[in-house]
Amino acid sequence: MPKWFTPAVALCGLMLAISPFLIANAPYESTMGLVQKIFYVHLPSAWMFLLAAIVCGVASLRFLFRGDPRHDRLAWAAAELVVLFGIVTLVTGPLWARKAWGVWWQWDVRLTASLIGWMVSVAYLLLRKYGGPGSDKLAAGLALFGMANVPFIYVSVNYWRTIHPTTSVVPTLPTSFGLPLWFSAVTFLLLFVLLLRARVRLEEQRAQLDALYLSVDG
Amino acid sequence: MFARVVWLVLRKDLMVEVRSLEIAYTTLFFAVSCVLVFAFALVQEGRPPEDGAAGILWISIAFAGTLALGRAFERERQSETLRALMLAPAARPAIYVGKLLGIVALLVAGEMVLVPLIALLFQAPLLARPVWLAVILVTGTVGFAAVGTLFAAMLVRARSRDVLLPVLLYPITVPVIIAGVRATAALLQPDVDGEILRFWFALLVCFDVVFVTLALWTFEPLMTD
Repeated sequence: MPKWFTPAVALCGLMLAISPFLIANAPYESTMGLVQKIFYVHLPSAWMFLLAAIVCGVASLRFLFRGDPRHDRLAWAAAELVVLFGIVTLVTGPLWARKAWGVWWQWDVRLTASLIGWMVSVAYLLLRKYGGPGSDKLAAGLALFGMANVPFIYVSVNYWRTIHPTTSVVPTLPTSFGLPLWFSAVTFLLLFVLLLRARVRLEEQRAQLDALYLSVDG
Repeated sequence: MFARVVWLVLRKDLMVEVRSLEIAYTTLFFAVSCVLVFAFALVQEGRPPEDGAAGILWISIAFAGTLALGRAFERERQSETLRALMLAPAARPAIYVGKLLGIVALLVAGEMVLVPLIALLFQAPLLARPVWLAVILVTGTVGFAAVGTLFAAMLVRARSRDVLLPVLLYPITVPVIIAGVRATAALLQPDVDGEILRFWFALLVCFDVVFVTLALWTFEPLMTD
């Protein structure tokens, strides 16, 4: 592990411990009240969900055309984080929606796109686990098709009405709401980087072990 | 040269299929069973669900298509003929297009039976505008089969391919199913809204273009060991 890893884990733990206090002390939103506080977890996890999907797609593309196994390991690690942050996003979203919209789920642009993106990454992991030899390239192909899907889902569901709050809300937030949000976002980003690094390292060590076994056999 | 390879692969696939008719019969019977299950589940007291026919048509196509894709490549695997095909001095994209056209031909043949059956069981005016319906079905089938052919070809070497094909295929082809269902549903309305119909049809065409291009582009690196 690189030298920065342990201090970064400590920092991330500290930030995770502080953020509930910041969120608890943030003022109540006038119309939604307490339930609005889900937003401090939902929004950062949705950002990390998107970031992980982009990392997975770009790494898959590079693996497919360059064949460097490092990119493959990065794509695999990122796909797991897509599933992880996707679960957080898809669980916290309906909790908020039940209160704000009166329903758990709506077939809205972002919801549909997120759900399908999440399903593609679950399919990716199933393929990696049960596909056997040669599934690394197939998984990279799947990630590419998954990326190409996003604009379609966006356009097709955009044709229906949308009720999800837009991203233009974020820059206009007052400091009392913005501070806990950005703190939470930085905490999630740090967590994302640490998990990604740890997961890539696990795969690197597996690859090293395989190489060692091969050299002993040969 | 490209067109000739496409034609040879397509002719080979169709000839093998015509001799046994294995995939055509089994897939068609499966699709008909699907429609009957939907009819038993959804038609109550002789009244079919409103706007149900479009969805049921596309679900049956997707289910039957997955089965046909799996079988078509299982046949290539049994006697290692896919390897022989890959070793042939022909452009890989041409082989892909040949396989794709074979699958599309099979599915379109199946749809010719499914459409009247669904129109009958669900009392839907599917045959009121046959040209539009045919265009939508063929466009949607090409989009579904473009992804399906690529994935089924890649899965030939994978373990548990029978389970993995639908697992990979459905999340990716959801947009084409959405667009197909919406376009067909628009066609079934008493007064067809031309704007809505054209929007969903345009989306289907875009889907076809992007996915066929992406498949042609990635078929070579994906099928190379």
